[in-house]
Amino acid sequence: MPTFVYMTSCDGCGHCVDICPSDIMHIDKTYRRAYNIEPNMCWECYSCVKACPQNAIDCRGYADFAPLGHSVRVLREDKKGTISWKIKFRDGREKNFVSPIRTTPWGSIKSPSDYEPPAAEALNSQQLAHEPEALNIDALPALTPGQLKRGVL
Amino acid sequence: MGLFTRRKTVMVDSDILVIGGGMGGCGATYESRYWGRNLKIVCVEKANIERSGAVAQGLYAINCYMGMQWNENRPEDHVRYARNDLMGLVREDLGYDIARHVDSTVHKFEEWGLPIMRDPETGRYQREGKWQIMIHGESYKPIVAEAARKAATEVYNRIMVTHLLMDKTRPNRVAGAVGFNVRNGNFYVFRAKAVIVAAGGASHIFKPRAVGEGMGRTWYAPWSSASAYALPILVGAKMTQMENRIVLTRFKDGYGPVGAYFLHLKTYTQNGYGQDYEPTWYESIKERVGDYVERHPVPTCLRNHALLEEVKAGRGPIRMVTKEAFKDPHKETVGWENFLGMTIGQAVVWASQNIDPKEINPELTTSEPYVMGSHATCSGAWASGPEDCAPSEYQWGYNRMMTVEGLFGAGDAIGGSAHKFSSGSFTEGRIAGKAAVKYVKDLGAEQPQLSEAEYEDLKKIVYKPLENYEVGRNEIVAGTVSPSYLLPIHGLQRLEKIMDEYVGGIGALYTTNEPLLTRGLELLGMLKEDLAYLGAEDLHQLQRAWELQHRVLASECVTQHTLFRTETRWPGYYYRADHPKLDDKDWHCFTLSRYDRSSGKWEMEKAPVYHIVD
Repeated sequence: MPTFVYMTSCDGCGHCVDICPSDIMHIDKTYRRAYNIEPNMCWECYSCVKACPQNAIDCRGYADFAPLGHSVRVLREDKKGTISWKIKFRDGREKNFVSPIRTTPWGSIKSPSDYEPPAAEALNSQQLAHEPEALNIDALPALTPGQLKRGVL
Repeated sequence: MGLFTRRKTVMVDSDILVIGGGMGGCGATYESRYWGRNLKIVCVEKANIERSGAVAQGLYAINCYMGMQWNENRPEDHVRYARNDLMGLVREDLGYDIARHVDSTVHKFEEWGLPIMRDPETGRYQREGKWQIMIHGESYKPIVAEAARKAATEVYNRIMVTHLLMDKTRPNRVAGAVGFNVRNGNFYVFRAKAVIVAAGGASHIFKPRAVGEGMGRTWYAPWSSASAYALPILVGAKMTQMENRIVLTRFKDGYGPVGAYFLHLKTYTQNGYGQDYEPTWYESIKERVGDYVERHPVPTCLRNHALLEEVKAGRGPIRMVTKEAFKDPHKETVGWENFLGMTIGQAVVWASQNIDPKEINPELTTSEPYVMGSHATCSGAWASGPEDCAPSEYQWGYNRMMTVEGLFGAGDAIGGSAHKFSSGSFTEGRIAGKAAVKYVKDLGAEQPQLSEAEYEDLKKIVYKPLENYEVGRNEIVAGTVSPSYLLPIHGLQRLEKIMDEYVGGIGALYTTNEPLLTRGLELLGMLKEDLAYLGAEDLHQLQRAWELQHRVLASECVTQHTLFRTETRWPGYYYRADHPKLDDKDWHCFTLSRYDRSSGKWEMEKAPVYHIVD
């Protein structure tokens, strides 16, 4: 369902242009508002819908297989850490769902350089960052050379 | 001409250049910083890493998690699983390497804030299946991107990388990359001691089932434009298993995922007459592939095959039986949230067609083929394996280094390591990142040497479609038909038609043979020549032009590999009608290709499969 933008809601802020993974949300030069320039390259990922501060973007199911009259609306509240969905069927039935999106504050992830630097010789080991601790087991598994055997050519 | 070559050139120096900021690229960026504290690490992405790559939309499951802390699986179990699913052919060293590290990746994701569901009884991660755990992953990508941004020295969004650069003083050594900014049109020259290609696999090389507005609703993201393959191919890196395209059985039209339905909700399939059809095809599958049909779980391609045969026999449509499971309100919620978390379009299709799975068993279909390296398939670059367990023939340098020195890869870019999915792609990025740091440190003070002539030539080539359009459009009154240029969409549609009809797409019921492939190569050759006449109206179309260039080169590689492997190894993915059976005697091996940019020729060879796990 490619996206479209409501003329009266969009203020041309460009958040959708900035986020669209397909580079198809652009600002119309005459109206100074966003629109989908290439609906057939829209994955319906809703990245723009979620990012729009004015809730100005919606989707209408792909014309080649989706009958009219449906809607799937979303409200992503990043500070609250939830996403809420309202699905409306063509025949009017509705379904609502709410899910968590994150359990920690935005921006709270530590840079890898905030950790104690690894010992120089560890660069030659098979261990990756935070291992073996982050594996929650005693040691990184390994196969011995004796286990290697030649397969069928 | 001057209008286009006067564009500003921006030079960016780095120690490690990561191309692509999806799961693999974010993993590579993170790990590079952990081991290379003082290095300059640059990540370049054609979109915005906050929502880029295959996970842009989110995911509802992590499909690769061992659960070693609870003795659920060992890495060697995963190797057996992937080997079985890919009909015997995987790089077991690479797969083992990912599997042994992937749990630490997932544990970091949880620490960073990704909501992973827990089994209320055991307190362990909620399993969807043996390898899959369930997550609330709407913000999976923004969370992972935050970690990568913290790690990178610089992230460049909205730069489409078009070509890699080679060192002018050392043959077969990478030295950087070029691309252009899709917003302001500046030309970027990146110089790097090590380059990690973590770009995307390939959607839209075969004609999709929907060719109208819905052509964007491919299973794999439409922005996965085969850069993972074209970039290394162009500099002569060897590729492997490129014939191993994947076809997905999915809910009709939206391509909504079926994993949670089969594994967690315990729904099952039946034909249009309510019959279980898989046993019908058991004997005929056995005739094609022998005892591979006995293996558990049944390989993905063989399940596709049974579905296809049933449809061809006139007993469609195939439906997923959901009515029973969806009586349970918890399962109904899981069923819907599964789509909302990763394939919202399927929820829209069902809402639009009044399909409530409580009342209607929804239809399934098989998708057009895709080429990628991270799902139930393993196309990609031929890479050096881990030092401690890769057979000597799989080791020529640093872990995940391709056959070009200093060029590393992760995710869709690396061949042979199937079933890595999101967590495994991030993990492979970490493996490549650490190896790249080691490479850079071993290199010492030696700087990569760029050829100014090379990147100045590329600058002209990169912007040529803008010039073609600017000049050519004055010949015609208006419209899209010009004798002098092709628009990117024209080239894309021609590519998709060639691949569909000659290389085993939906229109040919995934079937091809030597004469078809040979003719397909001729037509691809003409398309390649025509790419010199692509016309781009603006920078967005210029991005589409270069995505098409990447797709065409990858498609040629796929076709060459398909021609080389004279057997049908994965019925249900594609069929060589002239060699309809699996042939372990001659083809229990990897296929390798190498492209010579100057002659345009492909060299094909076989490489042995080493089974390092019993």
